[in-house]
Amino acid sequence: MTSRTRVPALGAEGWFTTDPEPTLLGRRCTTCGTYVFPTADFGCPSPVCDGTDLVEVPLSRRGTVWSYTDARYQPPPPYVVPTAEHRPFCIAAVHLEAEGLVVMGAVVADVGVDQLSIGTEVELVVDVLFSDDETDHLIWKWKPVTAAGEAS
Amino acid sequence: MTARSGDDVVVLGVGMHPWGKWGRNFVEYGVAAARDALRDAGLPWSAVQFVSGADTMRNGYPGYVSGATFAQALGWNGADVASSYAACASGVTAIEAARTRILAGLCDVALVVGADTTPKGFLAPNAGDRPTDPDWLRFRLIGATNPTYFALAARRRMDLYGATSTDFAKVKVKNAANGLANPYARYQKAYTVDEVLGSPMVADPLHLFEICATSDGGAALVLCSAAFAARHAGAAGAAVRIAAVSTVTPTYPNTIIDLPDIATDSTAVVAAPERPFKASIAFAAYEEAGIGPADLSVAEVYDLSTALELDWYEDIGLCARGEAERLLNDGATQIGGRIPVNTSGGLACFGEAVPAQAIAQVCEVTWQLRGQAAGRQVDGATAGITANQGLFGHGSSVLLRR
Repeated sequence: MTSRTRVPALGAEGWFTTDPEPTLLGRRCTTCGTYVFPTADFGCPSPVCDGTDLVEVPLSRRGTVWSYTDARYQPPPPYVVPTAEHRPFCIAAVHLEAEGLVVMGAVVADVGVDQLSIGTEVELVVDVLFSDDETDHLIWKWKPVTAAGEAS
Repeated sequence: MTARSGDDVVVLGVGMHPWGKWGRNFVEYGVAAARDALRDAGLPWSAVQFVSGADTMRNGYPGYVSGATFAQALGWNGADVASSYAACASGVTAIEAARTRILAGLCDVALVVGADTTPKGFLAPNAGDRPTDPDWLRFRLIGATNPTYFALAARRRMDLYGATSTDFAKVKVKNAANGLANPYARYQKAYTVDEVLGSPMVADPLHLFEICATSDGGAALVLCSAAFAARHAGAAGAAVRIAAVSTVTPTYPNTIIDLPDIATDSTAVVAAPERPFKASIAFAAYEEAGIGPADLSVAEVYDLSTALELDWYEDIGLCARGEAERLLNDGATQIGGRIPVNTSGGLACFGEAVPAQAIAQVCEVTWQLRGQAAGRQVDGATAGITANQGLFGHGSSVLLRR
């Protein structure tokens, strides 16, 4: 078995870690303290802040579902279907309390909309967005947390 | 800003090419709509001093320079020209370019035109890898289509306000009934709640018949100064005036996730503004005109989905937050109700022809205010609003009155 290369998906380089307990990587303005995800290429987004120095910060690993839906039909390119046939998957917008951000992401496979509601606690995981011959292209996804507090 | 009714710009002529999936050159639809609008205004093309095009991104270079494209197609007449792109708000941006030019005294007569030819299926980003483009990223990284965002909004109505799928379906039923009387609508077919809910689920909780299609179509306006209208057409021809236009952007922090972003702004340091972006759009128009939602006779709002029409009821101030389903179920927004919404049939009956759609909304309100909306007329209509939002932060609203 050949070793596969695991890389962040094109466009998401530097947006998340791949530690055992992965996090999204946002930016925090050193002048006013506001948060930004994913990037702040042009300085602080606050119109009342002149800050241009934003430092990388890990974002909360857990948040609560702000809203959710699913993708019953195969999205068009540049989405890459990871399986032979499209399998519907959920998408959640998740509120991160400490940062005051809502961040969208796919929900891990085999979670249906009936297992989600507004306020559901979810945790960040890193999963394969799609694979090609030698490479797994990685992305963050949201995973519901069980009543016992474990990512289900 | 203060009301400035004395400076109102007049809608002298309106014209549309029927919506459909015709597959022909978009210029053809725009030219047909422009000729209709000129005929309606009683003016020759040679009288137009400024051409304001609303761009399409899916038809090559002619679409990026739509003002000049339409001007050449109508026959170069030496008019000044501009072309605007603001996604779904392009039409109103083009209207505002014309209105401000008239208000500034730089011209008397302007022609606004938008038209589109669309491919089948989901609207997708332009081809090629563009990892710094948020519109590319949301498709690539998340598989988030336009209906994904419509569904996120719909689900919030259900979980926060107790909206049901039946409530949403009733929006489609209402708009479909209105569209039966509109000869420019692409879909002229009545629907029942069961038919809507029986269509395939696209993005839970939204079904296929609750999500607007992409269409071909064209719409045009002839705008002029009040002084020109008085000379040219007298009081009757000058009946419909633009009382306000809103093209506002969001105020930081924008906390409602919307196309094409994958994250909101942060509320950690700056609190969310008093009015979310969508609510700020019509508010700016009311401020400029000095009238409010209670003065409206009719409204055309952007029903990209059934549930989004309900969001608009609240965002344009027809009712308080969370009360849109009650307004719908009370019949207030159907023709004959207190404030009919989407008398044209809305996007439910038209599908979206992006650069033409916001102009088409103004055509419908104009016909309503003139008493010319045969088969769907709101009795005694005196004021109407259009509302729409273009992705990447484009507000779009036109307030018209007679």
